[in-house]
Amino acid sequence: MIRDITIGQYYPADSIVHKLDPRVKIVCTMLYLISLFMFRSVAGYALCTVFLAVIIRLSKIPFKFITKGLKPIILLLMITLVFNLFFTSGGNVLVSVRILKITDEGLRASVYMGLRLVYLIVGSSLMTLTTTPNALTDGIESLLRPLNKIKVPVHEIAMMMSIALRFIPILLEETDKIMKAQIARGADLESGSIIERAKSMIPILVPLFVSAFRRANDLAMAMEARCYRGGDGRTKMKPLVYKRRDYVAYVITIVYCIILVLVGRYVPFKIWIF
Amino acid sequence: MSMIKTDKLIYEYAKLDDEGNVIGTNRAIDAVDLEVEPGQFVAILGHNGSGKSTLAKQLNAILTPTEGTVWVAGRNTKEPENIWDVRQSAGMVFQNPDNQIIGTVVEEDVGFGPENLGVPTDEIWTRVEESLKKVGMIEYRHHSPNKLSGGQKQRVAIAGVIAMRPQCIVLDEPTAMLDPNGRKEVLRTVEELRKKEKVTVILITHYMEEVVGADRVIVMDKGSIVMEGSPKRIFSRVEELKKYRLDVPQATLLAYELQKKGVKLPDGILSTEELVEALCQLN
Repeated sequence: MIRDITIGQYYPADSIVHKLDPRVKIVCTMLYLISLFMFRSVAGYALCTVFLAVIIRLSKIPFKFITKGLKPIILLLMITLVFNLFFTSGGNVLVSVRILKITDEGLRASVYMGLRLVYLIVGSSLMTLTTTPNALTDGIESLLRPLNKIKVPVHEIAMMMSIALRFIPILLEETDKIMKAQIARGADLESGSIIERAKSMIPILVPLFVSAFRRANDLAMAMEARCYRGGDGRTKMKPLVYKRRDYVAYVITIVYCIILVLVGRYVPFKIWIF
Repeated sequence: MSMIKTDKLIYEYAKLDDEGNVIGTNRAIDAVDLEVEPGQFVAILGHNGSGKSTLAKQLNAILTPTEGTVWVAGRNTKEPENIWDVRQSAGMVFQNPDNQIIGTVVEEDVGFGPENLGVPTDEIWTRVEESLKKVGMIEYRHHSPNKLSGGQKQRVAIAGVIAMRPQCIVLDEPTAMLDPNGRKEVLRTVEELRKKEKVTVILITHYMEEVVGADRVIVMDKGSIVMEGSPKRIFSRVEELKKYRLDVPQATLLAYELQKKGVKLPDGILSTEELVEALCQLN
């Protein structure tokens, strides 16, 4: 299950999307996600589908890899579809079984909602798939820098995020080790009710936390020994610098948003395939 | 000017009860006088709890003396305004390779120190490249540290320290968590650095084999220096070393036992080759 989640994973490839500045990718992804809620017409859907498809193509990430990321949300998707299908009021009744009615409004709402959800996931996972976690934190740090003025410790937050990312695989390995050690001592982690299984996690979590704290302590010392003293007076090995392609990406995304808003406003709402 | 000088250095850990009140002190270092000249390779040996790691932390101003003084490159570690200069001039490599690598990519980790020092971007890149070449890890620059072996991680950590251009490197049991191959790898790197770059090296360890190449060996026990001298001189005092619970290298031990049984061997044999040589000379 955990392996299926592609959100937050990085897919190394040599593409124009990979090379974009992380700030551009973050801002454009935000704009895209907002744009998904700016229209209610078939033309709008067509437009954002094409936009997304073009970017996926440019990113050179296999389509299969992206759809794999949708697996964990299938349940959520189903629930959304069912709710919208049966509980949207108004419209002409298409099918009715006892109290359950399917109306054309309901069908439309559920298809639209489902598509939106899928695009939301694909759009945001596209960002993380094409950006290394470090570049992502750098981007977030630089975008949030204005918050420094109201005393938000932006640099520290970004540093914490990148260290957390570095330690995820180490702690996973450690969890595995502790689990094996406890199984070797006769711990039963598989059988029993949910509550029993949750209880059996305690002998794994306690040593894991102890070791995580010890690691944190060591790491803090190592950082201090290498003269770390917060964000002030620090230079960057890889400073973020906008290039031409980054400006082009901004312009394209903004043009896309404007067209989408215009489509949403002037193309009649009630175009429907059925 | 000596690289490192300590004068009657004393350090005490506070003992706390369950509520966090101080109920006593534990003296980890007891009146240590130490002087290290620039370019020297000094090895500090000692059993667990002998105070050797605490001493290492004193040299990097991670801990400051309870009493006495430590000077690193002429700067007193007790003065708060000296802390960053001290840490820059005495770089430190720790025991656990995983817990001292900060970056998610090898080259970013090596750049971490210079970034903290406020070195301009271009210069960071030259320093990173240079340091990675010096430890022989340049082909791994774009790798994730998680996928490296222990010895490689430790070499990256050493590169991270030398990228700060220290005059002195303190290695606190850098090989304790490594397999024999990794251990050799790290020691070879340290040896090369010392020869080519003329940096002062202070190696803290409890493996006696590792200190054979040192200019000077210091043995610590219960917070004080109990033996000091060249490796040959130290290793010829086998009985004393055993008293401090240190393992004497096998070749030295064998030579010592043979000597006791009346075989005429020279004192202070350190390696297997030397022993073989000496034994062949007998006939």
